[in-house]
Amino acid sequence: MPGSKTDIIVQLQKDMLSWQGFKTTGNNAVLDRGLGPIKNAFPNASFPLGAVHEFICPVAEDAAATSGFVAGILASLMHNNGASLWISSSRTIFPPSLQSFGIAPDKVIFIDVQKEKEIMWVMEEALKCNGLSAVIGEMRELSFIASRRLQLAVEQSQVTGFILRHDPRSLNATACVTRWKITSLPSELAGGMPGVGFPRWNVELLKVRNGHPGKWQIEFAAQRFRYISKIAAITPLQQKKTG
Amino acid sequence: MAIWFRYLRTDWFARRRPVLREMPFVLSAPDHGRMVVTAANVLAQGRGVDTGMSVADARVMIPGLEVLDDQPERSAKLLKGIAEWCIRYSPAVATDPPEGLMLDITGCAHLWGGERPYLAEILLRLNHFGYNTRGAIADTIGSAWAIARFGQDTHIIETGQQSTALLLLPPPALRLEVPMAERLEKLGLRQVSDFISMPRVALRRRFGPQLLLRLNQALGYEQEMIQPVQPIEPYQERLPCLEPIVTATGIEIALQRLLDSLCHRLQAEEKGLRMALFKCYRTDGKIEQISIGTTRASHNTRHLFKLLEINIPSIEPAPGIELFILEASKVEPLSPMQEKLWEHTSGLDKIGLSELLDRIGGKIGGDSIHRYLPDEHYWPERSFKPALSVTETAEPGWKNDRLRPVQLLARPELVEVTAPVPDYPPMLFRYKGTLHKIVRADGPERVEPEWWLHQGEHRDYYCVEDDEGKRYWLFRSGHYDAAKRDQWFIHGFFA
Repeated sequence: MPGSKTDIIVQLQKDMLSWQGFKTTGNNAVLDRGLGPIKNAFPNASFPLGAVHEFICPVAEDAAATSGFVAGILASLMHNNGASLWISSSRTIFPPSLQSFGIAPDKVIFIDVQKEKEIMWVMEEALKCNGLSAVIGEMRELSFIASRRLQLAVEQSQVTGFILRHDPRSLNATACVTRWKITSLPSELAGGMPGVGFPRWNVELLKVRNGHPGKWQIEFAAQRFRYISKIAAITPLQQKKTG
Repeated sequence: MAIWFRYLRTDWFARRRPVLREMPFVLSAPDHGRMVVTAANVLAQGRGVDTGMSVADARVMIPGLEVLDDQPERSAKLLKGIAEWCIRYSPAVATDPPEGLMLDITGCAHLWGGERPYLAEILLRLNHFGYNTRGAIADTIGSAWAIARFGQDTHIIETGQQSTALLLLPPPALRLEVPMAERLEKLGLRQVSDFISMPRVALRRRFGPQLLLRLNQALGYEQEMIQPVQPIEPYQERLPCLEPIVTATGIEIALQRLLDSLCHRLQAEEKGLRMALFKCYRTDGKIEQISIGTTRASHNTRHLFKLLEINIPSIEPAPGIELFILEASKVEPLSPMQEKLWEHTSGLDKIGLSELLDRIGGKIGGDSIHRYLPDEHYWPERSFKPALSVTETAEPGWKNDRLRPVQLLARPELVEVTAPVPDYPPMLFRYKGTLHKIVRADGPERVEPEWWLHQGEHRDYYCVEDDEGKRYWLFRSGHYDAAKRDQWFIHGFFA
């Protein structure tokens, strides 16, 4: 009975996902449609909501690219008039620009804290609050224990968390469901026209739990992501680190 | 005791704008298609302007007369406020519209050392507020009213002396209606003494029962009641302790108990708490206190307890706490139906969110929470403004017609550039020691400073992309000038 055996394995894999705290929620269709082939990298071929995502941005320019990518995702999370929290200690995000990503900037509440320690506290409290669409935290270091706390908070409330790590000292293991690195790519205008085109990024999914890491090029145009090409699969060495 | 505010409404305006104290001004309201003076201050009355006159006539009498709008319900509101303040002098205070107060001072005056110092104290305090007042103490409401308004020298009428005190007063002192007072005047009855000894039957036949009623009320033959204003009961709960409390657990239990009873009362009255003060009286006489504020009125015990609990470690019980007081200093109406509505709406109206913001505000300070609304300026730093409340909506709507960077530096930073031609984007620029070669560029977009807000050079913004695909927002301050350096700045990063 080879057929039933594979069925059992597939079922078991699905069960394992739910045991690990991943709940499949049906409301991210809008988001998946925009992400194109990237969604196949995730378990169940669906962007994990109710989880914490980690973004690595070594330099200020990467932070801008990451903010743009996160804002693009946030727009589909907030499309049903939701609110989100943006927590940081040195905020550079320019609220009016969020409009161009399809977010009403007045639906985002910015929390400016003085200390890194307080970011963790606010982030955890916010992730426990199930009235929010998403919580974004800008911090430098994220210990494994801290990320585990966030993951536990998120499993209760099903809020999606994004952690933007600016210039982290070490890329330690965390309990976050994914680790991304977004860098900017030269833009192109149709027909080789002069001028700056739509924002274009190199999206690296360095780690994804129970998924397949990869690297893609996408563009953000007309308030949605547009897939350009898949560069190359990530080397198996990096894959081993996953999870 | 009766208190008469001679210029209640004009005094109130003068209190708010002390400039008005030195000049004649009147209050006016429309009446049958023209503006009529409804109140005039001392200076205006001294120059012949009186109530009932049309504003145009008054302007002729006093050129440059200040005319302010009057609101009919203001004097009642003012009187009620003053009556509530007067509860410190007597438990039964009633308003006596349009411009008087009545105090039942039975058993109160001796606390101030007799009626004379008592009356003097009240009038002095009211005068300090800026109100021109007259007061009188008498056995009956009617005679006190009359003496306060028409009395000549003495303001305190001894027991049983009201009939002699009233003799020399004009008939309006008996609180008669204007037509009746005019009729008495016409018949030559200019003082109460002229008709007080007339047979009652004759008075009733000629003037009706009203005059006799007022006369009897003033003399004390007829009973008259006042309707005292209800004092405001503060939202306060007390918990005295038999043994001094020194542990955090003890404080928590006390807090929980106080909150339970306070929230129970708030719930019954459909009120919600906006600000609360928790005071701990220590045995050595010191007071430890913590205060909280909420973004939305709440009577949720669990939530309020969490807010106060964060600050419990800051309380030092030292020798022990003997009395806990929980006080709701700001209370707003909150109906249970509203609460039900909010539970289902999404976004910023959620109770969970406002409770979260309360907790954050309590822990790291309310000034750390920001929300922005669009502001109608092109200058990037001014294109948004902080929102005043969580539910305030973006009125003019966000603009989306210009390309704006996702990250904006708080302060533009100087960059070194190589620009080939005036008004063209630069070829190279150096930022933080790194050289960036510009491949693509858009611009310029000129943004002029608003001269009525601040002076300075205009900015020519360029959106540039370097060879690595990183996008920046640069600007040149002012016009191109070969002689000038330090003209170029970086202001933001595009996504």
